[in-house]
Amino acid sequence: MSPRERAMVPRADPQSYYGQPVLKQPVWAPEVPFYFFAGGMAGASAGLAFAAGLRGNSELERRAWSVALVGLAVSPPLLISDLGRPERFLNMLRMFKVSSPMSVGSWILAAFGGATTVAAGSELTGLYPAAGALAKPVAAALGMPLATYTAGLLANTSVPVWHGARHTLPFVFAGGSAASAGAAATIATGLGSAAPARRLAVGGALAAVGAAFVMERSLGEIGEPYHEQAAGKLTRAAGALNLAGAALIAARGRRSRKAAIAGGALITAGVIAERWAVFRAGFQSAADPKYTVGPQRARVERGESRGAARRAGASNVGSVSESV
Amino acid sequence: MGHRVLTLDTRASAESYGESARPRMGFFTDTSLCIGCKACEVACKEWNHVPADVPEFSGKSYDNTLSLGANTWRHVAFVEQRKPVGAEAAAEDLVEAAERANAVDGFGIQTYQDGDGVRWLMSSDVCKHCTSAACLDVCPTGALFRTEFGTVVVQDDVCNGCGYCVPACPFGVIDRREDDGRVWKCTLCYDRLRDDMEPACAHACPTDSIQFGELDELRERAERRLERMAEAGQTEARLYGADPEDGVDGFGAFFLLLDEPEVYGLPPDPVATTRDVGQVWTGVLAGAAALGAGIAAAVFGRRR
Repeated sequence: MSPRERAMVPRADPQSYYGQPVLKQPVWAPEVPFYFFAGGMAGASAGLAFAAGLRGNSELERRAWSVALVGLAVSPPLLISDLGRPERFLNMLRMFKVSSPMSVGSWILAAFGGATTVAAGSELTGLYPAAGALAKPVAAALGMPLATYTAGLLANTSVPVWHGARHTLPFVFAGGSAASAGAAATIATGLGSAAPARRLAVGGALAAVGAAFVMERSLGEIGEPYHEQAAGKLTRAAGALNLAGAALIAARGRRSRKAAIAGGALITAGVIAERWAVFRAGFQSAADPKYTVGPQRARVERGESRGAARRAGASNVGSVSESV
Repeated sequence: MGHRVLTLDTRASAESYGESARPRMGFFTDTSLCIGCKACEVACKEWNHVPADVPEFSGKSYDNTLSLGANTWRHVAFVEQRKPVGAEAAAEDLVEAAERANAVDGFGIQTYQDGDGVRWLMSSDVCKHCTSAACLDVCPTGALFRTEFGTVVVQDDVCNGCGYCVPACPFGVIDRREDDGRVWKCTLCYDRLRDDMEPACAHACPTDSIQFGELDELRERAERRLERMAEAGQTEARLYGADPEDGVDGFGAFFLLLDEPEVYGLPPDPVATTRDVGQVWTGVLAGAAALGAGIAAAVFGRRR
C-alpha cells in the first residue's frame, strides 16, 4: 500500500484498536428523524400560510396554518420522549447557548409554538384577529430557521458525515421542508387554490434530491454511508419517492385531485425517507473508525495539521512534525 | 483562532471563579509505565459508585471493556504487536542493544517484547478534559460545566439526557447510561479534588503511569520524560495532547504513547468541531433564506 499517493482521501487501511469505533454512536431514538420531518413541515407551512395570506389565497392560507399547527403539536412530544429524563425537558430553556444548536433550536421552537398557536388559532376560529395578524409574520419568520436548524444540530457534532456536510445539509433540510409543506397543502387543499402548494411541493422535492446529491458528492469518501446499508437504501428510496411524487403532481396534479393526493403522499414519504437516510448515515459514519481516523491521518500527512501527537525534537508550536 | 466568533467562551475559564479559582489540574498518563493491572478501572468504579457492566469475553487480548463509556471512566487498552521495541531495535549491535535495554530499564519502561516476539502496549485511557470541550459547548442545559480546576464535569441533577454531547465528543468518551437516562463520564474526581486529594485512579496506580497534578507542571515533567526516552533510543515515544495548539486547544489529561494514537483507539487529530459553529449557523441561515425564497417564488411566481 502506498497511502501517500492517495493522501487526498482517507487511507483504505487506517489503523484502529481492534476495529473499535473512535466515536460513540448517537443515542437518539426514532423520534428524532420524525421530529426533523414534523418540525420542518410545520416551519415551512407557516411560511406558506403567511405568503398565501398576503397573496389573498385564503383557502390555502387556512389549510397551511392547519398543517403548521399539526406539525407543531407533535414536535414537543417527539422531542421530550427522546430525552433520557423527559421530566426535565424544561431544562432545555435553562440557558441560551449559541454554541449549541439544540439550545437555540429549543428557543426557536418555543417561540414558534407560541406564535403559530396564536396565528393558526386566530385564523381557524376567527377570534382575536389583531393578535393573529401580529403573530402570523412572526411564526412565518421563525418557521424558516426551525426547518433548517436541525441540520446545523447534526453538523455541530464530531460525526464525519454530519460535520462534513455543514455547508450542504441545511439545503437538504430546506428542500425537504418545502416539499413536505407543499405536499401536505396539496393534499389538504382543493385543486383551484392549491397551485402554489403544488409548485412548492415539486420545487422542494427537486431541491431536496438535488441538494442531497450535491452533499453526497462533496463529502467524498466520508459520504460512503449514503451508499451502503440502511442509509444507502433510504437514500435511494427518498430520491425515487420524491421524483415520482414531483412527476405525478407536475403532470396530473392540476386536473386530478387523486393524482395530487397520491403525489403529495409520495413526496411526504420521500421526505421522511431522506430524514431517515441522514440520521442512519450518522450512525454508520460513527461506527467505523476509518471515517474518523482516515481523514485525520490524511490531514496530518498532507501537512495541514500537526495532529495531537508530537515526538521528541519536534517543535511544539505551529510547525508540522516530520515524525508523526 | 479567528473563527471562534459565535461560540460562547466555554474554554478553561478558571478566572470566572474569581478568588475561588484554582490552578488547572490534570493527568499525565505515561503509557510506557503501564503494566495493564486495571487498578485504575477498579479504583474509579469503587470511588465513584460506577455501576458494574458484566462484560462478555471479547477475544481482544486482555480487554473485555473495549472502550470508555457511561460506566467506564478509565479504560485500559491492550495492544499486541509483532514489532520490535524501539530502543533495542535502533541498536547497531548486541552490545549496544544491551546498553539501550539497560537504559530503558533505568527509567522503568514496562512495555516489553516477550519470548514470542510480541510487543505489549498498555494504556489507561480517560476523559481528556479538553481546553475547548465540544461536549460542554453543545450541552443545551448547562449540565456540563467547567470547574474551578479547569476540568469538565456533568451535573447529574441538571442533565436531562438529551444526548447531544455523545456524538459531539471527538474521543467517544461520554455516553448515556441506559437505565438511568443521563450521561456520565470522568469527573477527575471533582469531590476528591475539593478535599485536596488526588483522583482515585492516580492514587491506585502502582507504577505512577497515571500522574496527577497541576497541568503546567505535568507538561514540563512529560517534556523531560520524552527527551530522556529519546536520548535512550526510545524514539517512538510521543506526547499526545500536551500542546495547546491542537484541535481541542490542549488536553487537561494528556498521554505519552509508544505508537500512533489510532493504534490505541485514539483519534490522531481530534478537533472540537464546535469551533466551526459559525459556519454551521451560516449554513442554517442560508438554508432558511433559501426556504423563504422558495416559498415566495411558489406563491408569488407567475401563475401558469
